[in-house]
Amino acid sequence: MTYEGWILLTACLVGISCGMVGCFLIVRRMTMLADAISHSVLLGIVLAFLVANSLNGIYMLIGATIIGLVTTFAIQSLHNSGVQEDASIGIVFTTFFAIGVILISLFARDVHLDVEHALMGEIAFIPWNTYTVFGIEIPKATGMLLCITLFATLVISMFYKELKLTSFDAALAVTLGLPVALIHYLLMGLVSITAVGSFDAVGAVLVVSMLVVPGACAYLMTDRLSVMLLYSCLFGAASAVFGYYGALLLDASISGSMSAAGGILFLLTWFFSPRYGLLRRFRTMKTS
Amino acid sequence: MEALNVKDLQVAYDRKAVLDQVELSIPQGSLTAIVGPNGAGKSTLIKAILGMLKRSSGHISILGKPYNPKNRNVGYVPQRGSVDWDFPTNALDVILMGRYGHIGWFKRPSKGDIALAKEALHKLGMADYADRQIRQLSGGQQQRIFLARALVQDAEVYFMDEPFVGVDAKTEKAIIDLLRELKHKGKTVIVVHHDLQTVLEYFDHTLLLNRTVIANGPTEQVFTKDLLQKTYGGTLAFFSPTGDKRVMS
Repeated sequence: MTYEGWILLTACLVGISCGMVGCFLIVRRMTMLADAISHSVLLGIVLAFLVANSLNGIYMLIGATIIGLVTTFAIQSLHNSGVQEDASIGIVFTTFFAIGVILISLFARDVHLDVEHALMGEIAFIPWNTYTVFGIEIPKATGMLLCITLFATLVISMFYKELKLTSFDAALAVTLGLPVALIHYLLMGLVSITAVGSFDAVGAVLVVSMLVVPGACAYLMTDRLSVMLLYSCLFGAASAVFGYYGALLLDASISGSMSAAGGILFLLTWFFSPRYGLLRRFRTMKTS
Repeated sequence: MEALNVKDLQVAYDRKAVLDQVELSIPQGSLTAIVGPNGAGKSTLIKAILGMLKRSSGHISILGKPYNPKNRNVGYVPQRGSVDWDFPTNALDVILMGRYGHIGWFKRPSKGDIALAKEALHKLGMADYADRQIRQLSGGQQQRIFLARALVQDAEVYFMDEPFVGVDAKTEKAIIDLLRELKHKGKTVIVVHHDLQTVLEYFDHTLLLNRTVIANGPTEQVFTKDLLQKTYGGTLAFFSPTGDKRVMS
């Protein structure tokens, strides 16, 4: 596959995995948690590097998942002890992120891990860092994202109805004997690994837009959660592809263009969605 | 037999007891109203019994056995305001959620589950609304969806949190008909109720609650001026069943 092909595939996988997981954050009204986890993940990656002394993807996944769950748990604990929820989120993730930044500047100066890269990602470098699987040379980041996307798809289809019910009506889920807290942490674990997988490509800041915007677009398109998931993957992939070509055209940052493309797609959906678009609502208001 | 038995229940927020020393038992096959002023802890009582809120202490038995959601003998109708009505789902889908406990992990609703959900929709006069996004339903229709969902849970003991709030007369009638039908089938229905005027007419058993149990027994024994005054304290605009309004102070 060509250099460009790998970049496009990687970007689409970011869009699809984030879009899928992000849907649940939207319907649970928890998008701020995505912001928190995606930033804290930096600390997980640095810690994994310091412990294992390697930039191997598996260590990073483990480190980031643990820190992602610790973040969720810390936010919940602060909130339960009387701190407002948005304040708890702000306190926890900025602290974790800051510790990550300090650790990088102290210990990891000489490796392929710097603050700017962590914040913005660098998808253009991805095709040069490869390994060989079944005789095919594929970029490491792409391979990891492929596994993460497959894993997320598997988990969501296996626990679809439990994820749906705990999102819509957690109280009923409790009376039906579902482990509501466990399902919550399962979802947060998914958010964490998706964030790590996308980290290399788009960085800690812009992965938030990939987690939130495609789901927000899809939310305006349909009344069915299953359909929303499909739309969200589509919107995620579309913003990745449009963003990449936009970046080529403007000779600008790829991750920045991808997020901007997501924003433009959202505006378009907001106006023109056949279901909940502004135009549609305006027209129904006129006729009724 | 007792449908519900609660011993030594205490619930605290920020170390302040909201419910204290709650002891009660509800007979099987009764239609029970939980009545008390705002802030008396009526919803809290239900949530603590069903494990949605943490109890500081307390033992709960349902039908003689320690309460365990996995026995699937309890149905729950939450307050209408407790869910997000903008959620991407439709009426039939919400009713199907009541079957999730029966369906089990890794499986999808079967044709039988869908048939049951449709039957429940039909029973509550909502057959034409199966595909409606739930925000597009009226308050009464939303409440009926919740009841249909409880119905397909096929439970023995139902807990309902203010099902009559903000519904139209037609829905109120549909709800009370359904409650009576459940009672007729030997089920127990426990309802948080705020409308004192209808307690005597609708319920055969009443629990008066204000932070603790004030009285608990057959409605005609419990629903008296003295006990109500004790429950509500201070002044209470009391509507007698015959309709004349008296103010007790």
